Amino acid sequence: MHETSASHAAHQHTAPTSFIRKHVFSLDHKVIGKQYYDLALVAVFIGMGLSWLMRIHLGWPAWPIPLLDKLSAVGAPGGVMTPEYYLSLMTMHGTIMVFFVLTNAPFSAFGNYFLPIQIGAEDMAFPRFNMMSFWTIFVAFIVMMTAFFVTDGPPIAGWTSYAPLSAVGGDAGPGMRLGQTLWAVSIAIFCISSLLGALNFIATTLDLRTKGMSLARMPLSTWAWFVTAVIALLAFAALLPATILLILDRTAGTSFFIPAGLVLSDKLQPHSGGSPLLWQHLFWFFGHPEVYIAILPSIGIVSHIIPVFARKPLLGPRAAIGCIMATGFLSYMVWGHHMFVSGMSPFSANLFSVPTLFITIPMTILTLLLIGSVYGAKMRFTAASLFCLGFISVFISGGISGFFLAQPSIDIYLHATYFVVAHFHFVMAVASIFGVFAGTYFWFPKMFGRMMNEGLGKLHFWLTFIGVYCVFMPMHYLGLAGNVRRYSAFTDDYLIPLIPVHKFITVAALLTGAAQFIFLFNLIWSRFKGPIASENPWEATTLEWSTTSPPPFDNFGGRHMVVYHGADEYGVQSSDGKDYIMQTSPEKVPAR
Amino acid sequence: MGRLFAVVVTVITLLSVSFFVMHTWWMPVDISTTGPAIDHQLEETMTGSGLLFLGGQLLLGLFVWQSSDKNPARKIKIFPGGANPLVAAAIILVGIEILTLTFVGSKAWAAVNLVPAAADSLHIDVQAEQFAFYFRYAGPDGQFGGLHPDKIDDGSGNYFGLDPANDVAARDDVVVGSLVIPVNRPILLTLHSKDVGHSFYVPELRIQQDFVPGIEIPVHFTATQTGKFEIVCTQLCGLGHYNMKAYLQVMSEADYEQWLKGQEGQ
Repeated sequence: MHETSASHAAHQHTAPTSFIRKHVFSLDHKVIGKQYYDLALVAVFIGMGLSWLMRIHLGWPAWPIPLLDKLSAVGAPGGVMTPEYYLSLMTMHGTIMVFFVLTNAPFSAFGNYFLPIQIGAEDMAFPRFNMMSFWTIFVAFIVMMTAFFVTDGPPIAGWTSYAPLSAVGGDAGPGMRLGQTLWAVSIAIFCISSLLGALNFIATTLDLRTKGMSLARMPLSTWAWFVTAVIALLAFAALLPATILLILDRTAGTSFFIPAGLVLSDKLQPHSGGSPLLWQHLFWFFGHPEVYIAILPSIGIVSHIIPVFARKPLLGPRAAIGCIMATGFLSYMVWGHHMFVSGMSPFSANLFSVPTLFITIPMTILTLLLIGSVYGAKMRFTAASLFCLGFISVFISGGISGFFLAQPSIDIYLHATYFVVAHFHFVMAVASIFGVFAGTYFWFPKMFGRMMNEGLGKLHFWLTFIGVYCVFMPMHYLGLAGNVRRYSAFTDDYLIPLIPVHKFITVAALLTGAAQFIFLFNLIWSRFKGPIASENPWEATTLEWSTTSPPPFDNFGGRHMVVYHGADEYGVQSSDGKDYIMQTSPEKVPAR
Repeated sequence: MGRLFAVVVTVITLLSVSFFVMHTWWMPVDISTTGPAIDHQLEETMTGSGLLFLGGQLLLGLFVWQSSDKNPARKIKIFPGGANPLVAAAIILVGIEILTLTFVGSKAWAAVNLVPAAADSLHIDVQAEQFAFYFRYAGPDGQFGGLHPDKIDDGSGNYFGLDPANDVAARDDVVVGSLVIPVNRPILLTLHSKDVGHSFYVPELRIQQDFVPGIEIPVHFTATQTGKFEIVCTQLCGLGHYNMKAYLQVMSEADYEQWLKGQEGQ
């Protein structure tokens, strides 16, 4: 039963009628959320395709890859990629995945769609900003993709674009002319979009909560999007000026990141006075919080979904919120752990190491709370809940290796090896994507009014879960053996014996990647042919399940929702014989 | 389905751990005086975090196994004591782990980075460039010549930008493509880069240090075993990054002196 307000909701804007305003330049947060999702979907398949190309090259460097020479005749003559083209693809893989997938999907896509609904709002606080932030990011994406088609090819400086390699221009090598400039321009545009989005999330959460929706009653997913927005606001505010300075160094002859006396391509560079470490500090001041921008929304999504399928409340929701906030706060004090070998003062290594190790405490608490929530549950095993459980497992695996890299004395051995690649792929990429998969299987019925195919979803889970372990666990062993990352071939005497491990990883990566087409098929097929979804197919309590699937334009059909409980009233006996009580139900919660 | 998950997680966990325990792929043997402390630190971290990994994954598997019990009479249970014991366990277990690691680890770090090089260290100058390392010895006069970037000319072998015409100290500097050092003698390297960022990584020395254009970075170590080892670049420096390497040759004192004389004679 839902309480509705007598006075009709005065919606901020009326429902559009034209195709363009409905589906393209829409102000509706739900349409914008889906646009973000679709952009991330396109980006993730491009990014995955790039990783396939890289992995094939690492396993079998001499193999011609069909059609690759069509993408770049210079970069892959006869289909065999050159060392510089490998670096180009690697740079684009990292950039696309971190910015256009891991920031977009769990945060911007699901956050846009569900944050307003979960707090009972009709839309975001600033719908026009919202539309702008999507179309700005769309432009950023197009600019980034253009780098594939410029004469010189995409940049080769990695997603971190360390100066002076990224700053001096074409003398640094192929891809470092227009390609690198396009990279920097795209990232600057991306920052603007993210700042707009973050402001919107914060204002919406603070101002548009419906009656009874106190902060403590907000679902964990909304909490995570809110804290992430605060992090993003500060992080992208640091990256934006950094990329502008980089663009100036590249195009206007300034020397923010370039010191005097550099000789590249036999030319003494006309720069002086800059500092390469300044770029590293600015970049990682953004870059480390970015890790949490990628992972916190997925932690929130998983914490939101597990109780639904465990049929019991999340253990310690307030502790979980505290941990999410503590992590967000600490994320700004640890950026230097990316720079232990950078030549910064060795005294500062301890300063950055201690908070980095401390961040494992809130993260461990969060993990234990999730595991503890599974204890004694009557688990309903669906594709969504399996991905949540898988999330816990890969998050543990990725988090554990953080203990090693947080310590400068060990990091000087493991830095820039595959151990790091294993660490960040598990903890930030795979874990975050598992949260996105869980969110997709869970919310798809609400977003499209149809159910996804559970059988295909479960098959997708098993192949992906086992696959990612086959891909990323062996990378720890490679790192321990000193296998350097970002190499296009392994020619060193001590690396040659490790090539069989790389071949194994390549095969695993190809198979795991192929399994993602099951997901893509399920997604597209279910959008049109899936069984019609009811209003609340998972028997969940939060506000998104108190409206039709999909919700009407103003989310609740003119009703003003009133909230009486927290989000996790599962495992209780309701008056109508159910085991849960909706947030909107005025019924008193009986003691458990 | 839950039982399958529990089994799969357990198998993955035990398989993953077994390769670490068996050292199937592992660090090469250490050849430096500071390496044993780093190896000890790594082993300690491996044990502590390995136990947390095992504990976390197996507990997850166990709880998922139990939660899949379909018995309709079974009641939903809350974790004994609620969230508090888990929060306390996380703070105590991880707290002890990180404090231990910090105190022990900062000593290992200090031994490498906060202790100045010994006064009698052999000083060698290192220049990194796309895509090679060059090493410079001071020569019989014990003095390094000054560096002039405008004089750098790879074509004539002037990788460092020396000016022997006007700089007496530069005339006897020995520049070679391999790092040749005597065993058991403290070595002090000064790293500088000609163009972009590079890194000096010798896994056997347990040392990795970036070259940062514009600044000179000291690195010191003492090698304890003779032999030939690879120096590789670990900071992305451009298209030839994967192929940027040099050799470290650790010789007996006598062999080293003889080698140096041979170089100085050229």
